[in-house]
Amino acid sequence: MSLRVESLSVHFGRTQILDDVSDLEARPGELTALIGPNGAGKSTLLKAIAGIEKSTGHISLDDTALDTLDIAQRAGRIYYLPQDITSRAALSVFEAVLLARRTTHQSDRQQDLKRVQHTLQTLELEQYAERDLGQLSGGQRQRVAIAQAVVREPRVLMLDEPTSALDLHHQLQVLEWLVALAREQQMIIVIAIHDLSLAARFSRHMWLMGAGGIVRAVGAPEAVLTEERLREVYAIKAHVEWPDGEPPRVTPLAATRQLGAQGTGQDF
Amino acid sequence: MTVTAPTTDTSIDKYLQRRRRHYWLLAITAVLTLCSLIADVATGPGQYGLGDILHAIMSPDDAPRAIAVIVWEIRLPVALMAIMVGMSLACAGAEMQTILNNPLADPFTLGISAAASFGAALAIVLGVSLFPAASELLTTLNAFIMAMIASLLIWLVSRLRGVSVQTMVLMGIALMFFFNATLGILQYVASAESLQQLVFWSLGSLSRASWSKIGIVTAALLITLPIFFVAGWRLTALRMGDLQARALGVNVGRLRLTVLLCSSLLAATAVAFVGIIGFIGLVGPHIARMLVGEDQRVFLPMSALTGALLMSLTSIVSKTLIPGVLLPVGIITALIGLPFFVSLILKSRREVWG
Repeated sequence: MSLRVESLSVHFGRTQILDDVSDLEARPGELTALIGPNGAGKSTLLKAIAGIEKSTGHISLDDTALDTLDIAQRAGRIYYLPQDITSRAALSVFEAVLLARRTTHQSDRQQDLKRVQHTLQTLELEQYAERDLGQLSGGQRQRVAIAQAVVREPRVLMLDEPTSALDLHHQLQVLEWLVALAREQQMIIVIAIHDLSLAARFSRHMWLMGAGGIVRAVGAPEAVLTEERLREVYAIKAHVEWPDGEPPRVTPLAATRQLGAQGTGQDF
Repeated sequence: MTVTAPTTDTSIDKYLQRRRRHYWLLAITAVLTLCSLIADVATGPGQYGLGDILHAIMSPDDAPRAIAVIVWEIRLPVALMAIMVGMSLACAGAEMQTILNNPLADPFTLGISAAASFGAALAIVLGVSLFPAASELLTTLNAFIMAMIASLLIWLVSRLRGVSVQTMVLMGIALMFFFNATLGILQYVASAESLQQLVFWSLGSLSRASWSKIGIVTAALLITLPIFFVAGWRLTALRMGDLQARALGVNVGRLRLTVLLCSSLLAATAVAFVGIIGFIGLVGPHIARMLVGEDQRVFLPMSALTGALLMSLTSIVSKTLIPGVLLPVGIITALIGLPFFVSLILKSRREVWG
């Protein structure tokens, strides 16, 4: 019972964004971290799994091929949280979160409202429930987006850098809470994240992608995050420590390539 | 994370209070619109008391023949047409702003009105019918067909990869200039008589309203509004941005086409009967947004009502501004609507376009 990806490819015209991505698995009950340098195709991979980006290949969830589902069914099971949350629609926080639930659930109204309230409470957003989206700070806006994602109670949650706008306090809080959420709801959570120390600390499984949309390594954080591999994939010299009884530490020391020295990287 | 202790006023209560406030605002606007409708019927060259007018509306058979004829044959069609056209233009504008994620989108700025004018001008000046065997509704049908062609062109452009909604709006503006130019050619070659007719038409006028025309505009509303209401949640989701709307399970391309065609239908029927009336499609939804936000369940009816109220007030002003002279409503909406609109924008602290 898991999310599996085999021979997945995505093209934008003639440009290949994802090249035969295979052997990816994400299990329920734990966080899977998707890491890789800018332009490696992390967002595209998450979008392709959610069915927002056209792709070829096989994606299955609990042994169901996802391409047999229509847009609404697929969105009911897999939710993709985009990286850029910029909407300033004239909706209150409560309305926006209720909207996210109502687009899939046709259930009892009172129950929906309670679910929205509960989600706002857990994300410490209830005091902003009456505010318009446009009046929120970047971090509050990002937490509203996370509330919109979890209020749908999807089977799979794919979060594209959900902590990029959060302060350190809220980063740790949200990640701890996501770990608990995955465990308690037996949810499959995949999270694209740039901070490797946080990725190593909160995930049980990792997908490492490199330039050109290929998978460079898959497995437990200890196996994926080696100093040698970070040099290859990220072009950095880094120090990786796994101290006993303390969170793992990935300390970047130096870039092995100067800016402008070599034009191999591609940004999308 | 910490769980806040439940307070006496929970977010659910506040949300329900907010909804009740929205429904009150809707009810108040509806009552104001009804008052404006009656005032519109009571206004005119023949001075009749409000009691006589109301009596003539309620029981036309008992009322004096002269008043009954004036009310039922002249004033009521004009007043009702104002309401229906205001609703059509404001709903079209509201949904165009929603699907194109742009505060400037409305039938006028997207070139739909200009396309409709060109179609109508073809009929008025050259007598060319785009749809044979319908000479009576020639002007209307031509206007409608050209408006549909314009909206399809905008939609086709949107299908190209990498085209943003901003590009669609620019395409609409380009269409507006194109159709204005073709309209100019027709005006240049037009006979004096048809030119006068064309100018009169392009200034916007309610004076040729009739019960059958009201019926057609109402029919367009009855066809499109249920479609908008059914798509309500999806339309609200669209304002979260394309990507998030798709993540929420919305078929963005199909929704955008459906709603664009429906909005064009509304705009085309309105423009076809009353000519070009600007600003209602822009101002109506903006006022609605300031009052109730963008939850489509209240945003759409509120847009319809503010559009209807504005148009009805305009109709009254057009009769009373210069006593004895009936000014074209298109001029009034532009002259009075514009400063009103600018003051609203400047006063509003709400920034809802990312």
